Amino acid sequence: MSEYLFLVPLLPFIGFLINGLLLGRLPRPVVSFIACASVGLSFVIALLLFFDLKAMPADMRLIEQTLFTWIPAGSFHANIAYMLDPLSAVMILVVSGVGFVIHIYSVGYMHHDPCFGRYFTYMNLFTFAMLTLVLADNFLLMFVGWEGVGLCSYLLIGFWYEKKSAADAGKKAFIVNRIGDFGFLIGMFIIFWQIGSLDFQTVMAEAPHVFIAGGGLITAVCLLLFMGATGKSAQIPLFVWLPDAMEGPTPVSALIHAATMVTAGVYMIVRTNVLYMMAPDAMLVVAIIGVATAFFAATIGLAQNDIKRVLAYSTVSQLGYMFLACGVGAFTAGIFHLMTHAFFKALLFLGAGSVIHGMSNEQDMRYMGGLKKYMPITFWTMLIATLAISGIPGFSGFFSKDEILWKSFSSQFGHPVFWVLGVITAGLTAFYMFRLINMTFFGKGRMDDKTRKHLHEAPRSMTVPLIVLAVLSVVGGYVGLPHVFFGATNYFEHWMAPVLSGGQAASHALASGGGDTGTELGLMAASVLLVLIAIYFAYLLYNKSPERATSLREKLSGMHKMIVNKYYVDEIYGATIVRPLVYFSLFLWKVVDVVVIDGFINGLAGAYSDVSGYLRTSQTGRVRSYATVFVVGVVIVTAYFLFG
Amino acid sequence: MLSIPAYIIVALVLFCIGTIGVLITRNIIILFMSIELMLNAANLVLIAFSRALNLMDGHAFVFLVLTVAAAEAAVGLAMVITLYRNRETINIDRFNILKW
Repeated sequence: MSEYLFLVPLLPFIGFLINGLLLGRLPRPVVSFIACASVGLSFVIALLLFFDLKAMPADMRLIEQTLFTWIPAGSFHANIAYMLDPLSAVMILVVSGVGFVIHIYSVGYMHHDPCFGRYFTYMNLFTFAMLTLVLADNFLLMFVGWEGVGLCSYLLIGFWYEKKSAADAGKKAFIVNRIGDFGFLIGMFIIFWQIGSLDFQTVMAEAPHVFIAGGGLITAVCLLLFMGATGKSAQIPLFVWLPDAMEGPTPVSALIHAATMVTAGVYMIVRTNVLYMMAPDAMLVVAIIGVATAFFAATIGLAQNDIKRVLAYSTVSQLGYMFLACGVGAFTAGIFHLMTHAFFKALLFLGAGSVIHGMSNEQDMRYMGGLKKYMPITFWTMLIATLAISGIPGFSGFFSKDEILWKSFSSQFGHPVFWVLGVITAGLTAFYMFRLINMTFFGKGRMDDKTRKHLHEAPRSMTVPLIVLAVLSVVGGYVGLPHVFFGATNYFEHWMAPVLSGGQAASHALASGGGDTGTELGLMAASVLLVLIAIYFAYLLYNKSPERATSLREKLSGMHKMIVNKYYVDEIYGATIVRPLVYFSLFLWKVVDVVVIDGFINGLAGAYSDVSGYLRTSQTGRVRSYATVFVVGVVIVTAYFLFG
Repeated sequence: MLSIPAYIIVALVLFCIGTIGVLITRNIIILFMSIELMLNAANLVLIAFSRALNLMDGHAFVFLVLTVAAAEAAVGLAMVITLYRNRETINIDRFNILKW
């Protein structure tokens, strides 16, 4: 089976080629069949490979496949080579699995769109790039996937490019990501400079001998790689593009901006965990940025009225949790949360898509309400996802989030402050998610009559994916039960262990973990209690007595204004970075280009033209004057030879 | 027999008359005639030296010059006629369109 590894990314690429080359020539059912089938088949192969991998002994779980040498240049070799280990196995299952479900959903959602074929072409290309990213066996090929998903993200955010805001959002995403990619590239250069290879296994094996643990160089490498991650995974300070990315079609937000692409940064850090384990300072930065982003984005999410923007800030916040996990050395917990988040956040976005579909493209929650009776399936599945993201015991989000919180408290890299901020964020998360549920599905409808008449449950192709993801959102957590629950086995941790063997000493310290069972259960109970209180407040303010929400808003108007305006981050960036850059570019254009460069060139040409203007008057056209000059010339030359 | 300087002086005078004629006349016919004068001044010098040095090279050159002059006169006069047909003048100063 292992020789078919290359088919996992290749199949979506074939789908991309067929749909892309025959764009506009294939009927819609064929387009959607090719798009869905290619991703579906790739999922099936991924699943078979997963079982293959599972059958191997734990420390030998590795399938490699080198297709060909891509760049042979002196001592440098870059191969097109794929590598399947427990980490990438989890990733390809999530990418192709959730991707497949979202493709199916898209068939229903994009039904009315005139650019149906183009949409699926981009989606297949995205799936290919994402699978390449997670299967690559060297930094360079990973970077190809990294940029590929960035490109597809740009194309899909700006899918409705006739709308200026969508085109702008696409550009913003692309440019902000460039900043992060710059860091990623420099980090890669340093690795190659020091180790002489970009191959993951070589780098991970050599790094402890080449770099000094805790030294400046390894810290720089980790921070530069993390800079790339902050761009792709929308962390402070580069998170600004993700909320704007909601201009794209909703299934795109679900696939790219919730479940897969934005988690690439987390994947990359876990993939290079050996390096991070050697740089505790970088780990601290990752953890601080992670928890700060989680908290910060959650507060912005409290006051957004656009249903997709709430989810966007929620995604930023949840990604912050994953980075917090990586920063405290709990890489397994980070990937575990990545997986459960992929399920419930994709479900939330698809649910939101279903609501928007039913509401005739209305996204403002202030005009929704009471949708529960119109779209029951959407309501129940979204409720499940909301319970999962809020961390209600029994749902997947509880297990993953709680593991992160516990590790942020107990790990040797952890700190109680991380835990406190994490728990407060969990409370905020529960609040804004239940605010969303209450504003959307409960109370009385605030939409106009035309929309109300049109309200309908989504078609089958959209509800079935919702149900599938809802099931996953519940059961997804049971692969990683915490030890404290009656000594349950954490299958997920066992599965991931070989990947983390590089930083073995540290991961052992984590597994045994500081703190005792009583503390763990106590902290768990505290966070659940806070979540329940938050849910009650959300119910009180947005369902039972909305007038209290209004009065509260007035009481805290200063803070409310700040949150609604997203702490003016976009404005601050605009004033400190964008506008100076624009002025500098204007200076380069109006002064350096127009005055200096054009001035020199045009001046030179002008001077020639002026001089020749004077000279040409000597060309009188009169034969006698030419003859005179001629004779004078002859006389002078002759005189020169005779007397000179 | 006359000495070489005498021939050269005559030839020089003829050449200068021809040159001045080319420079000051406006009539194309006279211009042609002046050019013939200059050519023949050169011929005179060639013949004089040829005789004095007893070499036949000078004679050969003179015949070549005469042939060229005849051909030139034929083509030149044909052009003059064409010019006159078009502009009804043979004043050389009127043919000055080839300028800036």
